[in-house]
Amino acid sequence: MPEYIAHRFLNVVEKIGISTVKFIEAVGYYFALLIESVAWIIAGSFYKQPVRIPSIFSQMMTIGIAACPIVFILSFSIGVMLAIQMIYNLKTFGAESQVVVGVALSVTREFAPLITGILIAGRTGSALAAKLGTMQVNQEIDALRVMGINPIRYLVSPALLAMLIMVPALTFFSDIAGLLGGALYTGIEIGLSFSAYIDRTMAALMVGDVMQGLFKSLVFALIITLVGASSGFSVTGGAEGVGKATTRSVVLSISFIVIADMIFTYFLNR
Amino acid sequence: MEENKKNIAIEVKDLVTHYGPRKILDGINLTVKEGEIMIIMGGSGSGKSTLLRYLLGLGIPTSGSIKLLGEDITNLSTNEMFELRKNMGVAFQGGALLSSMTIGENVQLPLREHTNLDEKTMDIMARMKLEVVNLGGFEKLMPSELSGGMIKRAAVARAIVMDPKLMFFDEPSAGLDPVVSAELDELILRLRDVMNMTIVVVTHELDSAFKIADRITVLDRGHILMSDTVEEIKNSDNERIQSLLNRTPSNEVINADEYLSRLTGM
Repeated sequence: MPEYIAHRFLNVVEKIGISTVKFIEAVGYYFALLIESVAWIIAGSFYKQPVRIPSIFSQMMTIGIAACPIVFILSFSIGVMLAIQMIYNLKTFGAESQVVVGVALSVTREFAPLITGILIAGRTGSALAAKLGTMQVNQEIDALRVMGINPIRYLVSPALLAMLIMVPALTFFSDIAGLLGGALYTGIEIGLSFSAYIDRTMAALMVGDVMQGLFKSLVFALIITLVGASSGFSVTGGAEGVGKATTRSVVLSISFIVIADMIFTYFLNR
Repeated sequence: MEENKKNIAIEVKDLVTHYGPRKILDGINLTVKEGEIMIIMGGSGSGKSTLLRYLLGLGIPTSGSIKLLGEDITNLSTNEMFELRKNMGVAFQGGALLSSMTIGENVQLPLREHTNLDEKTMDIMARMKLEVVNLGGFEKLMPSELSGGMIKRAAVARAIVMDPKLMFFDEPSAGLDPVVSAELDELILRLRDVMNMTIVVVTHELDSAFKIADRITVLDRGHILMSDTVEEIKNSDNERIQSLLNRTPSNEVINADEYLSRLTGM
């Protein structure tokens, strides 16, 4: 039945078209959200609606300080894991002592920003989506608007600023934790002393390596905030909608983080 | 009465709105005088909640104008709208208190955002407004610790904390028992008498509507059927209004062809 097949084919094409339009719409919304949040941060005072410093600090506490223990545990484990794998691999060439360089570069350039980004996406991005989604469902967003409080200025701008400060800070913390994990395992496995490990790490690392990781973490912070906030604002349909938005925000931010990581790594290493 | 005539607080002209391709409100004309309590009544799906959303400036109409306190909110700048919003208070159906803050902080929120008053003054003002709604001493509690009626009253306290000239209520008696709902009606009357506010109430509760209304506007399927005093509404011979007042189900004649095409989806 050729007619039937043609119909099916058209259906598929139509679906691809619809999802493309939806994707472009979503990306457009992210940028609009970004521009508006930044505009409020810069020009809020002129409109007598400044972004309040205390709310930025309270966001920084929940995003950053409260995440320190879990970032430490994960990064430390990644450091140990990298050391194990690298010693095993380098053994074939009899070059176990090169493990220090390997761990230092992979942690600072790749693993610290990535693991921090993914963790914060799961922790803060989802919380932001759930909070804004619940507020949307309970008409709290409408209430803010009719009180003359711009919801983006009041809810998104402080979170964005706090994320842009705290995610790089956490990434640097994660660098240190990862290197510490590497140092511990290397010390036990091939008997390299801690101070020698630190010396060699310092010799191997350039400022650019750390900066590359921190730059990527800034991008991740943007992605997490914008995806989380837009998922939250777009909630419709009660509690179920909030659940969907939360899941969506985590899946989308982690996907975007990994893809953005690939793209930025490519360009930063040209 | 003569004096009242020139002071029009709300003036809606030829308002048309769409939700997607569907027309929700069609040619709404409405005026509310200063110090008046206007009830907007209608069954579910009549467009009364939509009308309220547009009166609050939460949507952009397809055409028509909405003047609040003499200013057309359909083409106000951000700053002008911001100033106007300080003169508007809204009590949402579910209260819409911010769940992350205490009752006191919720009531103080507009003051904190719009004024430079010091902490003590804001505390006192918030307590005063909570006393007005009989919630003195509850400012330390979280919204989740309050009953539905208390949340609604706290929402009223938050709405009146800036002493607005316009006050909007969305379904004030929905989900409340008759006693609490009657108390809320008393509160609405008191706000108008004491603070001389212009009040718009969206409701489908007949008893409370007849008790507090100066005038009633009846909406039906996006059109205004009638906008008049309680007596006139009661005496109206319009079939739809009478069925709304007498709670009779609407017996519409079904067009057989249309019905069939709806069922088969052709």
